[in-house]
Amino acid sequence: MSTETSGGVELSDFVLEVSGLEVSYEAPVLHDVGFTLAPGERLALVGQSGSGKSTTISAILGLLPGTGHVSSGAVKYRGEDLVRADRARLQTLRGRSIALVPQDPMASLNPSMRVGDQIADALRTYGMSNSAEVTHNVVRLMTEAGIPDAENRRRSYPHEFSGGMRQRILIAIALSGEPDLIIADEPTSALDVTVQKQILDHLQKLVTERGTSLLFVTHDLGVAGERTDTILVMNDGRVVERGTPQQVLGDPQDEYTKALVKAAPSIVVGREPSRALGAAGSTPAVGVGEGRVDGEAISANVLEVNDLHKIYKLHGRGKEVHALNGVSFTAKRGQTTAVIGESGSGKSTIAKIVLGLERGTSGEILAGGRNVDASSRAERSILRRFSQPVFQDPFSSLNPMWGIERIIREPLDVFKVGTQVERKRKVAEVLDQVALPASMLERRPAELSGGQRQRIAIARALISEPELLICDEAVSALDVLVQEQILELFRQLQSGLGVSCLFITHDLAVVANLADDVVVMKNGEVVEAGATRDVIDRPTAEYTQKLLAAVPGSGLLNA
Amino acid sequence: MTRFVLTKIFHAFITFVLSGIVIFFGVRMLPGDPALAMAGEEATPERLDAIRADLGLDQPLLVQFVKFLGSIVTGDLGESTRTGLAVTEMIATTLPVTLWLSLYAIVVAVIVGITLGMIAERFRGKWPELGSNFIALLGLSVPNFWLGLLAIMGLAVILGWFPASGYVDVLSDPIRGIYYLTLPAVILGTSLAAVITRQTRASMIESMGTDYVRMARAKGLSRPRVLFRYGLRNSLIVLVTIIGLQLGGLISGAVVTERIFALPGLGKLTLDAVFSRDYPVIQAVVLVITASYILINLAVDILYSVINPQIRVSEDAS
Repeated sequence: MSTETSGGVELSDFVLEVSGLEVSYEAPVLHDVGFTLAPGERLALVGQSGSGKSTTISAILGLLPGTGHVSSGAVKYRGEDLVRADRARLQTLRGRSIALVPQDPMASLNPSMRVGDQIADALRTYGMSNSAEVTHNVVRLMTEAGIPDAENRRRSYPHEFSGGMRQRILIAIALSGEPDLIIADEPTSALDVTVQKQILDHLQKLVTERGTSLLFVTHDLGVAGERTDTILVMNDGRVVERGTPQQVLGDPQDEYTKALVKAAPSIVVGREPSRALGAAGSTPAVGVGEGRVDGEAISANVLEVNDLHKIYKLHGRGKEVHALNGVSFTAKRGQTTAVIGESGSGKSTIAKIVLGLERGTSGEILAGGRNVDASSRAERSILRRFSQPVFQDPFSSLNPMWGIERIIREPLDVFKVGTQVERKRKVAEVLDQVALPASMLERRPAELSGGQRQRIAIARALISEPELLICDEAVSALDVLVQEQILELFRQLQSGLGVSCLFITHDLAVVANLADDVVVMKNGEVVEAGATRDVIDRPTAEYTQKLLAAVPGSGLLNA
Repeated sequence: MTRFVLTKIFHAFITFVLSGIVIFFGVRMLPGDPALAMAGEEATPERLDAIRADLGLDQPLLVQFVKFLGSIVTGDLGESTRTGLAVTEMIATTLPVTLWLSLYAIVVAVIVGITLGMIAERFRGKWPELGSNFIALLGLSVPNFWLGLLAIMGLAVILGWFPASGYVDVLSDPIRGIYYLTLPAVILGTSLAAVITRQTRASMIESMGTDYVRMARAKGLSRPRVLFRYGLRNSLIVLVTIIGLQLGGLISGAVVTERIFALPGLGKLTLDAVFSRDYPVIQAVVLVITASYILINLAVDILYSVINPQIRVSEDAS
């Protein structure tokens, strides 16, 4: 960072200078946030949801929603105060000087406009009027952003693109104004890890080539550490720590940062809490299982999937999608088996079929020795109780109109288990198991945090005493600290209750932390399966190796 | 896309045939005897029989029905039992009046409604929103005929700005034609405008809060561009549906409005025909109204898919 003065005119050293920033709605939500960004510098803003990082960037862009306003402090772009700039000036700066790569690629493109037009819209605003020139640049920008066949694809609508491709289009838009500052707001948190890596690599390359400064907002310390020069940790509207990635990750000073670094899921199998507990829990688990399925032979496997196929027919086009292509694996009783894969790998289809929500096209699934395809109503009812789901999104998987007690009790009502009094006692018991206070029962889902809701969802799954929990991305929607708590809860439940767990996830770190065995899936096929430690330490399939390499910050955090 | 449109047209055709059946039997279930209505109370039974034979009413229902279907196909809808004129001819002279009136009303309602709705969204919590809400409430709750009478009193009789009644063919004299239709069209369009105002406000509030609008603003787009290309464009998806649903009400509203402003339209023809049990005319009029309703919905369906590309694809797939 050298001081620049040219011709006696004072130029700011910094592309962006935020000082003493306070943003208020009714009350202040940001307190004294300050940082600087030099030309070409990459700065990460790290924190959990609600920490104020998104508010900070909205304030920089002048896009605070509702009654939000900067109540004190300054945001300076190349020395010019943005807080006091008028609307026209901000409009000119946006896109041309400060561009945004937004968080949710699925929702950030106009669904009723061709993507090419959305890029062209920006170019025209920045003063390009010749339409041949506009088209040429749209194709160029899309190609640079890594979209193949841009010449044709520019006429497609957003819903015809995958999430990763949509994010590339948004990157193309951000680059279209040749800005000297790009604000990337959690640009990849909605994407698969290998896609995430591609997008981040690409963004990084483009930014470096152009010498653009980057303000990178993320909740992921790994990503931040790997890809930026400076890390700023935010908590509760304040900057609690700042430094180089080595300082922040290697020697965190602030308590909150320490917790964050500790909780950051890493793929070190070294600490292995799950194994220790899992092993302790697996022995009684079989015992419990035996008690429940009276008179029947118990196999060591809670779930056996043999040569499972699932074919979806696309109506009217005669096309078929092979969601599952001869999948076979087993899940051991009392242990956690993870199924890992990216979107489209077929992992969620397995969950649906095991839960009996869908049927396989061919193949066999034995849940506790019973064929899931069982035809009799009574048998299906037993199977329904055998396994219970915990879904990804705790916000939409709880009925918002119901109180918590009714939500948790519902499986008992459905299966007609026990009297009202017994059901009530059982609700209190599972609530205790998921470590929530009894006062929760009076409330409704909207009053709870994401982590609390996921505990409720787990309590609901546990109440009918299933032998197998099927967790479909059960922690992916949660912040890392909360994620860690929920994973810990799963470990405790497994050692305490001996319940088996099929854990569907895309997150290798979660697998490493929780699962005893892992099944790696790609395009509807199992590419590798085995004990978690073996798979992670000595991955044999090329795809698994690629997955491992894509985990952000794996090098830094483990160092 | 072509397939989507063809499917929609086929569905519309089926709907039309089914409504034809309902109309035919529905009209015959009306109380009253057309022969009696024509000949008067003192007619002899022989005279009544003669009239029935003339109209084909003495034949079995099924035979009448087949003839009815035949008449639709050939376009010869018979003759009015009241005036003796060809029904096709009567509809040909009255339908344009109603079509122009409705079209004009829709245009007025869409322009006024979307403008007021967008103003309400733009100035949330300030007086323009309150004003817009008040006007919308008024438009919904004050009956058409009352508003019509007030307008005739105030704007036509006292101020003399508009003619109180009458019709000039729009095609032969567009300026006077439109001038004569203005008052009736505004009155007829009022409730539709009110509905559109409310809907526009609600969907604009929703779409202006979306991530893609935020992104559009972050791109540095000008305010009008964000408002129209990103906000309104997506609000239209809901609006078109609502407007399509409301058009049925517009046609029935036309009956009243035509009466008040003494316009020689389909509405007036319908009323006259119903009072005199003029079966062929009632049948034909209802048929025409049904057909236009089906056509409107077809247009809405197709328009909807043009505005919302996602519909097109998912419909294609199913």
